[in-house]
Amino acid sequence: MSGGHSTYTPKTGIERWIDARMPLPRLVHDSFVSYPVPRNLNYAYTFGGILSIMLVVQILTGIVLAMHYASDTRLAFDSVEKVMRDVNSGWLLRYMHANGASFFFIAVYIHIFRGLYYGSYKAPRELLWILGCIIYLLMMATGFMGYVLPWGQMSGWGATVITGFFTAIPLVGEWIQQLLLGGFAVDNPTLNRFFSLHYLLPFMIAGVVVLHVWALHVTGQTNPTGIEVKSKTDTLPFTPYATIKDAFGMIVFLFVFAYFIFYMPNYLGHPDNYTQFNSLKTPAHIVPEWYFLPFYAILRAVTFNIGPINSKLGGVIAMFGAIAVLFVVPWLDTSKVRSAVYRPWYKLFFWIFAANAIFLGWLGSKPAEGWYIPAMQVSTILYFAFFLVVMPLLGLIETPKRLPNSITEAVLEKNKGGSGHPVGAAASPQTMG
Amino acid sequence: MSAHDASDEPTRRDFLYIATGMAGVVGAGAAVWPFIDQMRPDASTLAQSSIEVDVGSLEPGSSLVVKWRGKPVFIRNRTPEEVKAAQEVPLEDLKDPVARNENLASDAAATDLDRSAGKDKENWIVMVGVCTHLGCVPLGQQGDFGGWFCPCHGSHYDTAGRIRKGPAPNNLEVPVYSFISDTKIRIG
Repeated sequence: MSGGHSTYTPKTGIERWIDARMPLPRLVHDSFVSYPVPRNLNYAYTFGGILSIMLVVQILTGIVLAMHYASDTRLAFDSVEKVMRDVNSGWLLRYMHANGASFFFIAVYIHIFRGLYYGSYKAPRELLWILGCIIYLLMMATGFMGYVLPWGQMSGWGATVITGFFTAIPLVGEWIQQLLLGGFAVDNPTLNRFFSLHYLLPFMIAGVVVLHVWALHVTGQTNPTGIEVKSKTDTLPFTPYATIKDAFGMIVFLFVFAYFIFYMPNYLGHPDNYTQFNSLKTPAHIVPEWYFLPFYAILRAVTFNIGPINSKLGGVIAMFGAIAVLFVVPWLDTSKVRSAVYRPWYKLFFWIFAANAIFLGWLGSKPAEGWYIPAMQVSTILYFAFFLVVMPLLGLIETPKRLPNSITEAVLEKNKGGSGHPVGAAASPQTMG
Repeated sequence: MSAHDASDEPTRRDFLYIATGMAGVVGAGAAVWPFIDQMRPDASTLAQSSIEVDVGSLEPGSSLVVKWRGKPVFIRNRTPEEVKAAQEVPLEDLKDPVARNENLASDAAATDLDRSAGKDKENWIVMVGVCTHLGCVPLGQQGDFGGWFCPCHGSHYDTAGRIRKGPAPNNLEVPVYSFISDTKIRIG
């Protein structure tokens, strides 16, 4: 898949036999062993690997949790408590799964911000970026439906509010909502279909991940300089260099994950979800999971009608638009320079955008009242301005810094000015691959 | 009939391609439909379409919440003050000027009379207790207008269940219902 010709040589008779019939070992070798990666990748580039391990964690824990879960409104809440109290190691598996969803999103947000910072979405990697956006959408759908399954107050009311978005659509909205719910309100049919889809979607994510990695291996990885690989000295073989770096990143990430599982397993959840769903009583303050909060703030920022579009539809359009805009980022950014390292103004706006996104998330956790509402509105405008104004204009007016001629030159320059790493050691790894 | 017919006239073969393609599309659509159709509310859900409620024990100023089609329905015997407060609201002050009363014409104005159970029963109000914003259940006798207040996104309804402030677009929906005796209501 790497474009270059294969360096795989089967050593044993069995390997030769397989290679002539279905060269899977060759594919794995070319993709994950000899595959050349830019030599200057930093730890921000380890999150792809971290994300794949998190997908595996979620699928494995999910499959075993499903062995103990009952998707019936009369049983669901108690069956989750049974997992916590009676099932052997059930508490651990459930906390891994519940916190795993949060850590999956932490990793994906770092991965997306890394892409935005280093311009990873620019030609020829537009499809790679779009596939990533599709994975992100599927993750959101999976996370939302998974949160409904424990059948707590936040489960049921979250489902009510989110399916309520669709009623904003003129004429067919109500019909679509009933199609999603299987009734007039969140009830047993809703729980059953959400369970079915929650089990399905991770496998669809895995499928799109395969396409994502395929697209990545066609174009090759970007790197902090944003300069394409030009010669063999610009790269290192995936194994051991990227493998070890990815593994170290994963271990550190999993340490933090484990800390949450064992010491603060409910920190990212909501106490109301330990109360069984009551369709006649809404909790005083509904909030979605933390990873949806920025979008929840954007939804609630629209409190006014815009011509024929009422505030409800306007909020829903703004919220979906906030995600949809990601899909067209490759065409919004007009700069020929990829990496923010060489774009001083873009770098500034990027960090403003990142801070604003976190602020939006914080606002999302607050009630829609008082000064929070104008703050949400300003913050929403800043969010869209980054994509729709800054990205197209900055590419036209910004003067980028001088780009190095190659990745190798950038690395050597950095090491010269830095702490005096032995340049030769970094430049001659090929003998070990 | 040869493959390179000089004329631009569609051939018999073109017609067959298009006809076959169209038949394929219709067939695929027909095969997909049951998979979508099964998601719609099933017969047992639809069967819960009407309930009877005894409201004889409701004193003025007290409410009842009953479940109808999986949704809460508010039944309130309003106090004379609440009725008076709602009657005195000029229609121009309303965000949604339509009654949203399934028992009346769809363009009926949102007067207090048309929101209530009608002449001589103005004290009774029956509404689906689902906020018209995103479906939360509003809390009774709260908010800036003494009616209902939705805690989710801050919609305020008055004592006739009309939206007055906040993101909700419409008044609370009045379902199809009727008094089948002095103390019994049939909803649906």
